[in-house]
Amino acid sequence: MEIGLYQILFVSLSLFFIGVFGFFTRRNLITMLMSVELMLNSVNLNFIAFNKYLWANKLDGVFFTIFIIAIAAAEAAVAIAIIINLYRSHKSIDVESTSELKY
Amino acid sequence: MGSNEIIFYLLAAFTLVNGLLAVSTLKIFRAAIHLLFSLIGVAGIYFWLQYDFIAAVQIVVYVGGIVVLIIFSIFLTQQAGIDLPKPPGGRIIFSALAALFGLAFSWLLLSQHTFTATAEPASSTSVAQIGSMMLDVDKTGYALPFEVVSVLLLASMIGCIVIALKSNSEVPSSDASGLKH
Repeated sequence: MEIGLYQILFVSLSLFFIGVFGFFTRRNLITMLMSVELMLNSVNLNFIAFNKYLWANKLDGVFFTIFIIAIAAAEAAVAIAIIINLYRSHKSIDVESTSELKY
Repeated sequence: MGSNEIIFYLLAAFTLVNGLLAVSTLKIFRAAIHLLFSLIGVAGIYFWLQYDFIAAVQIVVYVGGIVVLIIFSIFLTQQAGIDLPKPPGGRIIFSALAALFGLAFSWLLLSQHTFTATAEPASSTSVAQIGSMMLDVDKTGYALPFEVVSVLLLASMIGCIVIALKSNSEVPSSDASGLKH
């Protein structure tokens, strides 16, 4: 069977819902961040697949992917700074113990 | 089935199995390593699609940057040799049901949709082409998002420094409040 758009879309869809599953089950902030990274990767894969198979004459999907990667790197850096700061003050990075943030 | 298809299916299975292990294993360090292999698998799919530059960026930024950052933060925040607490069975079942329902629903919608590809000839995806489009100030160029994203990176860098500094100056007060409790 020839590999087309649908096969790659299925891979990225599965990767996205694996990330959703991890985001629902995990209670540790670092593992939740990992799930978010998986979801962002599946979105990138979608952009590249659409660019390759539907609009091969343009480069827009490539640029969206590049900017998403840049923003994901910034997001991961800020998230890890917050997580380490939280660990210093609460000695735990479980989401259940972060209820004090609202006070 | 040619070798091309076999390579794609191997890459897809590698990515998905490692992704599934990354969200389900109870050892957090192993989860980070499985995440790393899953991201390498995605980079392999980019190579398979012949988007070499994106694959290189994926390896440099994700595998070399974000996963290393995550591993460092695991070293800083976790005690060695302690597993994560096992999530309750009900949460696992309902999360899996929600994810499977979402997957089935999205796939149903997707499979009923027919995509029409453009008839134009494919353009080059070389680094030179990407670079000249990124600094292009025409209507089709990406100079403005490029500048905006550089400002965003600067802002996030300053934000990280501010977050790290703030906790240092507040250590005595948080210790005092900890004693009060």
